[in-house]
Amino acid sequence: MTISKLVMKRSTWAVPYVLFLVIFVVLPLILIAVYALRGNDGGFTLQNFAKFATQSESINTFIYSISIAILTTALCILIGYPAAYILANSELSTGRTMVVLFILPMWINILMRSLATVALFDFMHLHLGEGALVFGLVYDFLPFMIYPIYNTIQKIDKSYIEASQDLGANKKEVFKRIILPLSVPGIVSGIMMVFLPTISTFAISEILTLNTKRLFGSIIQDNMMLSDKMNYGAALSLIMLIIIAITSVLSNNEDDDLNEGGLI
Amino acid sequence: MIKKYLAKTYLYILLTILYAPIAIIIIFSFTNSKSIGEWKGFSFDLYASLFSGEAQHASTLSSAITNTLFIALIAATISMFLGSLAAVGIYNTKNKKIRKSIQFVNNIPMINPDIITGISLFLLFVSLGISGGYISVIIAHIVFCTPYVVLSVTPRLSRMNPNIYEAALDLGATPFQAFKKVIIPEIKPGMLSGFILAFTLSIDDFAVTLFTKGSDGLETLSTYIYADARKGGLTPELRALASIIFLTVLILLIFINHRANKLKSNNP
Repeated sequence: MTISKLVMKRSTWAVPYVLFLVIFVVLPLILIAVYALRGNDGGFTLQNFAKFATQSESINTFIYSISIAILTTALCILIGYPAAYILANSELSTGRTMVVLFILPMWINILMRSLATVALFDFMHLHLGEGALVFGLVYDFLPFMIYPIYNTIQKIDKSYIEASQDLGANKKEVFKRIILPLSVPGIVSGIMMVFLPTISTFAISEILTLNTKRLFGSIIQDNMMLSDKMNYGAALSLIMLIIIAITSVLSNNEDDDLNEGGLI
Repeated sequence: MIKKYLAKTYLYILLTILYAPIAIIIIFSFTNSKSIGEWKGFSFDLYASLFSGEAQHASTLSSAITNTLFIALIAATISMFLGSLAAVGIYNTKNKKIRKSIQFVNNIPMINPDIITGISLFLLFVSLGISGGYISVIIAHIVFCTPYVVLSVTPRLSRMNPNIYEAALDLGATPFQAFKKVIIPEIKPGMLSGFILAFTLSIDDFAVTLFTKGSDGLETLSTYIYADARKGGLTPELRALASIIFLTVLILLIFINHRANKLKSNNP
């Protein structure tokens, strides 16, 4: 096939981007694994992982980060779900402006929002620390929970609700048996958008706790910035990548079901 | 009735908490005090010194602002074209396995936390011996912006008549002409919203920039704020800047929302 024929085929138009993805997405991720499995002498080693497992500081930070991330995600669901439900409910109709107001903070720089939280705590003469950290994280990530849940609830076919009402379901049952199960995909993507960024944040925790509480992301950053600890930093990144992979495989199953259903 | 009232109250309480910090920043942008919480009388001093370049670290702050806009503009433009071409290509890939794999890799930068994207690219540039600077930051921004362009262009393609492109070729158009005259007009709204999304994502980015900017002193607004916050105090002029950014985003979003509504009512 000549080049001009190839260009005519539209599927070849993806080639530049595919090359770009291979060089700048796939290769860098492989490099993380390569660096993680390399000692300072350049040979293959598992020493970096052994160091993680035996060093109490990094293990403790790791567990602490995961607990803070779980707490943040849980609070976001508890606070965000009712909000998303109200926003999507036409009976309680609140209009599109309200939705925009809830999504708007998503578009403001996360550092700026964290500094705003610090400003609020200063203004109210509250101490910065763990409380500020959790408040700040919930404040930063709440819109990311509300938006996907709102989207899925809004897309629920109203005839399901009507059908269940015709069959004698009361409001409570409609919610429990129709709306809640059908909004699970929204909750799952909300968890992805809150949980993963929370374990990996570094700057926010430093700002909100005046550097007294460190999250896993901070440890990765500290090691990455020093050339003699880069391999250890890469190993920590790989551990985080594995967590991401597990979380997204778990949530992808849900998504696939949804997509298959949507195609029919 | 009571339920509706309770529901609204809940939303208003949440909104108040969400906006309280931003409101405090805006209020204290109108007073020339060193820190928030200390009111020194109403004035436009912070805005004046932000624009006149008399602020404490004026030259770094203003170059950080220019860098942020410059990087966002270049990265969003390249992402828009790269992503649109890719969307057409992926959409027309008949082999399901190949298409799914490209879509899978395309999703990676969206799922990966910024710190992982940043570190992986940092390692790539270190291995290649490229020192950080404008180029590495722009490439990094294209990496996490383009997937969103692909996602916003694809729905447009599925609504388009697939035969028009073939017809254009049959009538003697080159693929480039056909792309320009047939496909682009159809996917333009998707390209535009992809561009806006890419632009805001780029402006917003912090972690990826931090890892790819190198050590030659290239700062964007986010990294400037981070360095500033680490030093302890926050340059007061940043309050004025934050207020301006907030209002700009507000107006931009209302504009996009208005446009989206108009498009919806045009083709129901």
